[in-house]
Amino acid sequence: MTTLTDVNAFQGAPQGDNVFARITDNVSRIAEVPRPPRGWYIAFAISSSMLLMFLANVGYLVFTGVGVWGNMLPVAWGFGIINFVFWVGIGHAGTLISAILYLLRQTWRTSINRFAEAMTIFAVICAGLFPALHIGRPWLPYWMFPIPNQMEMWPQFRSPLEWDVFAVGTYATVSLMFWYMGMIPDLATFRDRARTRARRTVYGLLAVGWRGSSRQWHRYEKAYLLLAALATPLVLSVHSVVSFDFAAAQLPGWHTTIFPPYFVAGAVFGGFAMVQTLAVPARQFFGLKRLITIDHLELMNKILLTTGMMVGYSYGIEFFTSWYSGNEYEGFAFVNRALGPYAWGYWTMITCNVVSPQLFWFKKLRRNLWVTFAVGVLVNVGMWFERFVIIVSSLSRDFLPSSWGYFRPTAVDLMTLAGSFGLFFTLFLLFCRYLPMVAMAEVKVAVAAREAH
Amino acid sequence: MSDADARTEPTSSEANSPSGKAPVYGILAEYETPAGLLRAARAVRGAGLKRWDTYTPYPVHGIDLAMGIRPTRLPFIVLGAGALGCLTAVWLQWYTNAHDFPWIVSGKPFWSIPATIPITFELTVLFAAGAALFSMLILNGLPRFSHPLDFNRRFARSTSDRFFLAVQASDPKFDTDALRELLNETEPLSLQDISEDRVSSAALPPLLVYGLVVAAVAALVPLALAAKARASTSRETRLHIIPDMDFQPKMKADRENVFFDDDRVTRLPPPGTVAMGDLHADDEFYRGRHGDAYVTAFPKRLRIDDDLLHRGQQRFGIYCAPCHGLAGDGDGMVAKRAEALAEGTWVPPANLHQDYIRAEPVGKLFDTITHGIRNMPAYGHQIPERDRWAIVAYVRALQLSRAVPIQELTDDQRKALE
Repeated sequence: MTTLTDVNAFQGAPQGDNVFARITDNVSRIAEVPRPPRGWYIAFAISSSMLLMFLANVGYLVFTGVGVWGNMLPVAWGFGIINFVFWVGIGHAGTLISAILYLLRQTWRTSINRFAEAMTIFAVICAGLFPALHIGRPWLPYWMFPIPNQMEMWPQFRSPLEWDVFAVGTYATVSLMFWYMGMIPDLATFRDRARTRARRTVYGLLAVGWRGSSRQWHRYEKAYLLLAALATPLVLSVHSVVSFDFAAAQLPGWHTTIFPPYFVAGAVFGGFAMVQTLAVPARQFFGLKRLITIDHLELMNKILLTTGMMVGYSYGIEFFTSWYSGNEYEGFAFVNRALGPYAWGYWTMITCNVVSPQLFWFKKLRRNLWVTFAVGVLVNVGMWFERFVIIVSSLSRDFLPSSWGYFRPTAVDLMTLAGSFGLFFTLFLLFCRYLPMVAMAEVKVAVAAREAH
Repeated sequence: MSDADARTEPTSSEANSPSGKAPVYGILAEYETPAGLLRAARAVRGAGLKRWDTYTPYPVHGIDLAMGIRPTRLPFIVLGAGALGCLTAVWLQWYTNAHDFPWIVSGKPFWSIPATIPITFELTVLFAAGAALFSMLILNGLPRFSHPLDFNRRFARSTSDRFFLAVQASDPKFDTDALRELLNETEPLSLQDISEDRVSSAALPPLLVYGLVVAAVAALVPLALAAKARASTSRETRLHIIPDMDFQPKMKADRENVFFDDDRVTRLPPPGTVAMGDLHADDEFYRGRHGDAYVTAFPKRLRIDDDLLHRGQQRFGIYCAPCHGLAGDGDGMVAKRAEALAEGTWVPPANLHQDYIRAEPVGKLFDTITHGIRNMPAYGHQIPERDRWAIVAYVRALQLSRAVPIQELTDDQRKALE
């Protein structure tokens, strides 16, 4: 735990003779102080060790083969695909906060959008690794790209798995562009405040010579608005396409039309939970309480409550549809989910995703940091189990009872999952230390608008 | 006014150039509030100046109007790029999956619009988003790593909390004195002359240039090797970067193995030994022979009963009926089809009711099933001995059914015939 004296370097009043200077100082000094708080070092030591464990396990997997995972028949999609869907889902809140809330003129987003976007990029990086590893020969994923080759074959564009490649690839690229474009003015601020040659060079290169001219701002704002407008349907499309991987199969429990909206709602839910999990400690350690206020956290808790109930509704409607369809295989699949060998996973999911957000009906709990953080963590756990339940419970009990089996993850499975959090948090901590964590220029717009009225 | 945050380069008023005083770039006015800047912008615009700009830490509301900035054409570029992405995706999917390599997948049509929608949507967004970012940079003249204003200490605050207005000396209406008077009326925090940048060079650093040249040449090496491999032959085995499962640490039959005296991988049984259950000494049962002659009676270990005949009927239906027909008349589906095609090389299957076949000993029938005859293949390796005998028994039953003397029938059967 960080001691108070460590924190105080960041908790002091921001410097500057006007409100804009104080915003600049509050955000910039996080990246400028010679040493981050001790909590950062502790977190970085833990997360980079976990990253090392991830790399070791991935190396072992690549050099040995997917047999080191618990994947088996009939559960051929084990942790690899569960983790992929989990991380892609996390990656949704960032662009959602940035794009949709921007279009809806929700100015409160400015305090959290930057690191929600960063979270998106890092989550998509984690997500992208898993399908490549899960195919067994990770040097061959280029087969999924339309590259002329000596086999004179092309990818099969009528497969949802191929759509996935394009959806996730586009999402990663557009999110990165959106994130970077939003950061250009703030990188220019860092460049102009830099006192060492190294900082001036690196931030100078990243800021590509942005000088904040009004003619530049004019095109910038138009381009940013268009990117937001393009990213909004993109967010909705990505998890819809991911859900097609399941919905287009004929397996009971997968073959349902509710999957696209159900997956998107779940992704927003899980993503917001991750934003809370990161925002609560980040604002505490880096002295951002003036920018990320308790009101912001409360608004996000309301979104968690809403999306949590949407997810709960989806769970319910799945059961209703399986009964109403009169299809005995569908009916079995869902009874098996709630009462079968994986019932423990199902009820973990229900407890975390449906029950725990109900605490946010109470204003006092919505504004309590510990409750906010705890529910954020629980929802992340629940959303991981949602994917586990969908994939494992359906696959392990398919049409042919003679091929039924019980999936057990191996130690490598578990260490790779834990290690992917190491990758995520390592990237996130580096981001906190070296890049503008809050969109300064956008906060200044919001402040100027407030002062004018 | 604290300059602690400003950078430490020499200011433009100091000696900026290696040779004498640099020419004037323009004049820079600093304001504390956006309202002050807006006033100044209206004044400068009113004076009819063209080459000027304002610099602010965030997009100031209303500055476009005050400066008279015309709407950018960026949205049209984005629209065009999106349309290009859409067409590219449709063409790509049509060319690869419907035209160049028509791929049969679960009986789906080679070309159908609904299946192309997801990828078309994604590429439309990808192209449009790329155009939004890159056309914003290019239209804004970025990247640009050096600017005359960068040499002014105070200007560093333009990205933090100050608002600036700069008029360039290259403007045809630029008149230092008149402009100073005009700007002074707008009450700026400061008003300074800015010199042209004579320090920075547009040329890339030599180290970077050499590095890029080396990288470009190195990048051509793999391509050159690939081109050479395509155009020439070689006795060397191909490069095997990732061996997949091509080389497996196991021995295949009839390969060399230095660990054994006979240098063979395959281990032969020691001379004079037989594996358990492989002796097959009963010639009558396993070969249908007694000495050199075919046996004329079923082997003693076989019990001819209903079960065996039913087994024989079933096996006959599987292995024999396709050619010989269900009743053994030589009119199975395969034979009929071959006759219809009349290709000339076909040897029709025997009618099992011919006299010479009826006269053959059971051992000969067994031997024919085992080894085949004419273009009938050998079935010894797929039908176990007991089943072969069951088929022989069933064939005998079929033959009997066609040649029963009337006095051997029961009364009921005779009545049915009459």
